[in-house]
Amino acid sequence: MIYLDNAATSYPKPKRVEQAMVNFMNNIGASPGRSAHRLSQEAGRLIYQTRENLAQLFKVNDPLRIIFTLNITEALNLALQGILVPGDGVITSSMEHNSVMRPLRDLERKGVKVEIIPCSSRGEFDPESIKKRIKKNTKLIVINHGSNVIGSILPICQIGEIARKHGILFLVDTAQTAGCYPLDMEKDKIDLLAFTGHKALFGPSGTGGLIFGERVNIKKLIPLKRGGTGSWSEFEEQPDFLPDKYESGTLNAVGIAGLNEGVKFILQEGVDKIHRYELLLTQKLIEGLKNIPEAIVYGAEKREDRVAVVSFNIQKRLPSEIGLKLDEEYGIMCRIGLHCSPASHKTIGTFPMGSVRFSLSYFNQWEEIEQALEAVKKIAKEGRKLK
Amino acid sequence: MNKSEEYRVVLFYSTSAAIKAESLAKKENLVVKLIPVPRNLSSDCGICLLFRSQDKLVIEDLLNRGKIEYENIYPI
Ligand SMILES: Cc1ncc(COP(=O)(O)O)c(C=O)c1O
Repeated sequence: MIYLDNAATSYPKPKRVEQAMVNFMNNIGASPGRSAHRLSQEAGRLIYQTRENLAQLFKVNDPLRIIFTLNITEALNLALQGILVPGDGVITSSMEHNSVMRPLRDLERKGVKVEIIPCSSRGEFDPESIKKRIKKNTKLIVINHGSNVIGSILPICQIGEIARKHGILFLVDTAQTAGCYPLDMEKDKIDLLAFTGHKALFGPSGTGGLIFGERVNIKKLIPLKRGGTGSWSEFEEQPDFLPDKYESGTLNAVGIAGLNEGVKFILQEGVDKIHRYELLLTQKLIEGLKNIPEAIVYGAEKREDRVAVVSFNIQKRLPSEIGLKLDEEYGIMCRIGLHCSPASHKTIGTFPMGSVRFSLSYFNQWEEIEQALEAVKKIAKEGRKLK
Repeated sequence: MNKSEEYRVVLFYSTSAAIKAESLAKKENLVVKLIPVPRNLSSDCGICLLFRSQDKLVIEDLLNRGKIEYENIYPI
């Protein structure tokens, strides 16, 4: 079996992720931040350690400015719904995932002005194009750092620079880059960094979070949920300090124990090394696909600045047919269709059919890429069987 | 911990802040311990950080450098 669906969720994970989760279940078990006994403290320390390791990975000064959520969808919703009120303006790109587009469309109905800047059909984004769209009421720019459809990288540093100059907050969706592409809150000028734990960070599902830069005023950012935090218990109002304001309810401690090990694994290996390795595999994959006459590969030519997500189609064939054959006849797992991002597929010209997507991880081997290419070649040669 | 020494505790608003303080203190090799808040002191959060009175200035400096808000420091 060959797993090439790492943009959906990474598999396998480093062994230590599972071990830490089992260890938590067997030896810690308690609720973090609730009770004073040693097991609760131990759980609390583990959560804090995870914040510290994430802080090291993303270059965050204060680990307590990192809050945990269920996934990046929740983190993005918190940021978008917490910051934008009717009358505000928000700018985004045409390569966003529905986890940004859907909350924005909902906010639009409530009176938020949404500006969507188109990318080229190769997924390129011109940061200068933002300047013309900035208005007096523009409060936020939200950008998907790495495309989950074609793997292109958006120029967040330049966008962040513009945002900062105009006093606008900058929110980045790092679902496809956190853990496998260098990220730096300061250098990239990010005000709010949303991450998901279960992709390139190698954590289990049910983990993710949001990081608040120094420019974000916590007093003004409305939480999605309110409830017990283990602090301020004599009051019936939500605390307004970090991380408690946005962490109501018992945390997914066992999941975070796993995420911690995923992040430690990345810190030990080094993001640069992971990125370089994935790039090698990706280049091999793209070259191979381009040598198949029937294959159409999407995205920019530029091969050095991307993540390991590749979309393609076979002329006159449906992605669903290709996906089924890859799974049933070759044991290759990939994702076909629209990848929760109709906007991206409209941008690259593959809507509503979508594409076949291969997404790689640090654990893929080049032999697997060869086998996958061989399979695509064979399927392409079979010609159109349907109809 | 040595019984003959004098101790104080820092009370925090949140458990996360207490754990952060513990983490920073341990990195600087200070003798500290997280304990339940003594009954006679009330606090917003259930745990506090015990330290040696002789380290009071260093601990205060550490809290400031770490930008950790705390309620108060009490001798116990
Ligand atoms: C760019 C992007 N944003 C957001 C998401 C949503 O991630 P999650 O399901 O972990 O919330 C994904 C992945 O599905 C993604 O690729």
